[in-house]
Amino acid sequence: MAEEQLARTPLYELHKSLGAKLTPFAGYDMPVQYPAGIIAEHLHTRAKASLFDVSHMGQVVLSGADIAAKFERLVPADIIGLRSGRVRYTMFTNDRGGIIDDLMVAKDGEALRLVVNASRKAEDLAHLRAALGDGAVTYLGDRALIALQGPAAATVLERLARGVEAMAFMSMAPCDIDGIACFVTRSGYTGEDGYEISVPAARAETLARRLLAEPDVAPAGLGARDTLRLEAGLCLYGNDIDEATTPVEADLAWTIQKRRREEGGFPGDALIQRELAQGASRRRAGIKPEGRQIARGHTPIVDAAGKEIGMVTSGGFSPSLEGAVAMGYVPAALAAPGAELRLSVRGAERPAQIAALPFVPHRYHTASR
Amino acid sequence: MSNIRYTKEHEWIRVDGNEATIGITDFAQNQLGDIVFVELPEVGRRVEKGKEAGVVESVKAASEVYAPVSGEVTAVNTGLADDPARVNADAMGEGWFYKIKLADTKELGELMDDAAYQAFTAAQDKH
Repeated sequence: MAEEQLARTPLYELHKSLGAKLTPFAGYDMPVQYPAGIIAEHLHTRAKASLFDVSHMGQVVLSGADIAAKFERLVPADIIGLRSGRVRYTMFTNDRGGIIDDLMVAKDGEALRLVVNASRKAEDLAHLRAALGDGAVTYLGDRALIALQGPAAATVLERLARGVEAMAFMSMAPCDIDGIACFVTRSGYTGEDGYEISVPAARAETLARRLLAEPDVAPAGLGARDTLRLEAGLCLYGNDIDEATTPVEADLAWTIQKRRREEGGFPGDALIQRELAQGASRRRAGIKPEGRQIARGHTPIVDAAGKEIGMVTSGGFSPSLEGAVAMGYVPAALAAPGAELRLSVRGAERPAQIAALPFVPHRYHTASR
Repeated sequence: MSNIRYTKEHEWIRVDGNEATIGITDFAQNQLGDIVFVELPEVGRRVEKGKEAGVVESVKAASEVYAPVSGEVTAVNTGLADDPARVNADAMGEGWFYKIKLADTKELGELMDDAAYQAFTAAQDKH
């Protein structure tokens, strides 16, 4: 195998010093786990708080006149109606209603701050520059992104940054953390309460070490990040969503607010509006294989007659439930919790059921959801 | 001299007369990470040297387990069904996979001894 030159995040040396196992991910040399191991890191996140380096993700600022209105032409979410200091989850769609990438958008005064997937950074930046002009798009290559996730995250971060405990779920604020100027959002990819902290690259290791010095905080790698997001029923771009899946098929219709449903005005709007009204023919659903036998991505889903009716898109072991969990696409008529199906794992058909998502309840900092 | 032999696929085999116990090495479990599922051959099945005899799944990935030598399966470690983490905790002991009656003891000569396997894994670790 040809050795590609892997990029390093500003926390690379920290990962090495913590004994991380590094693995190539989206062109970066990233920690997949630390000596504690994926299961221990996962359970620690659900019990206390974990620090994740997610600096490989793309941080982008969009600015200029009417930027919210211009940006809305690329995504189905209501961005004009988003108040400053609030965050929304949305996706870039293509003309066929497929998903180019999923992303977080924060409104910061008149500007927009985006976080996009590492694996789609190049496509997203080209897409944004073509649509909005080079001058409107600033890529923040000099910032790291640190996620602090878990039920203890708020208490821990409040010690270093007064006021973050009162932040609402899916809100953003500029914030001094132990004297370091950061942008903090109360959001995450684990199903737990927590924060994502955008920090200048030069101060990232100092901040990470400061957070890790807190007794409740331990480092967690991409392995735990994946098992946590799967339990939380959250999509991974390239597995569960891609350019051939629509937001309605992916069960992400909740991300399309009323005005956009009615008005359209985003790529693929006609098809997506039709699916919103009539339903899509297939749907992303949770799948609970019986027992511990794992059904990973690309496992065929078959009916009682052995006919292939769908595909697992993400699957693995759930440390919280101590069993296998998966997500995949099935015919809409079969997408109801409790429906029986079979998974073809290494040639043997194994029983499974459609399960409600998330597998593990979200514990976001919100009054109701 | 130790009665344990190793394969390049990181299985170990401990020979006792005409019988042998088989598992994956400590190096293998460390590379795999947390093991969450082990699929073992049925008792009575004939396994063939170098052919798949089971599957071990870690949180990260599924890996095939190959038979170090040919033989008939005489016992399997049923405790791994409920507690596959035994493989992480004690790969060369409590985490054994299955036992066989050897078909041809000469096949053992093609496997690595302790020193050869240590050298083999040391070279892999340098990667």
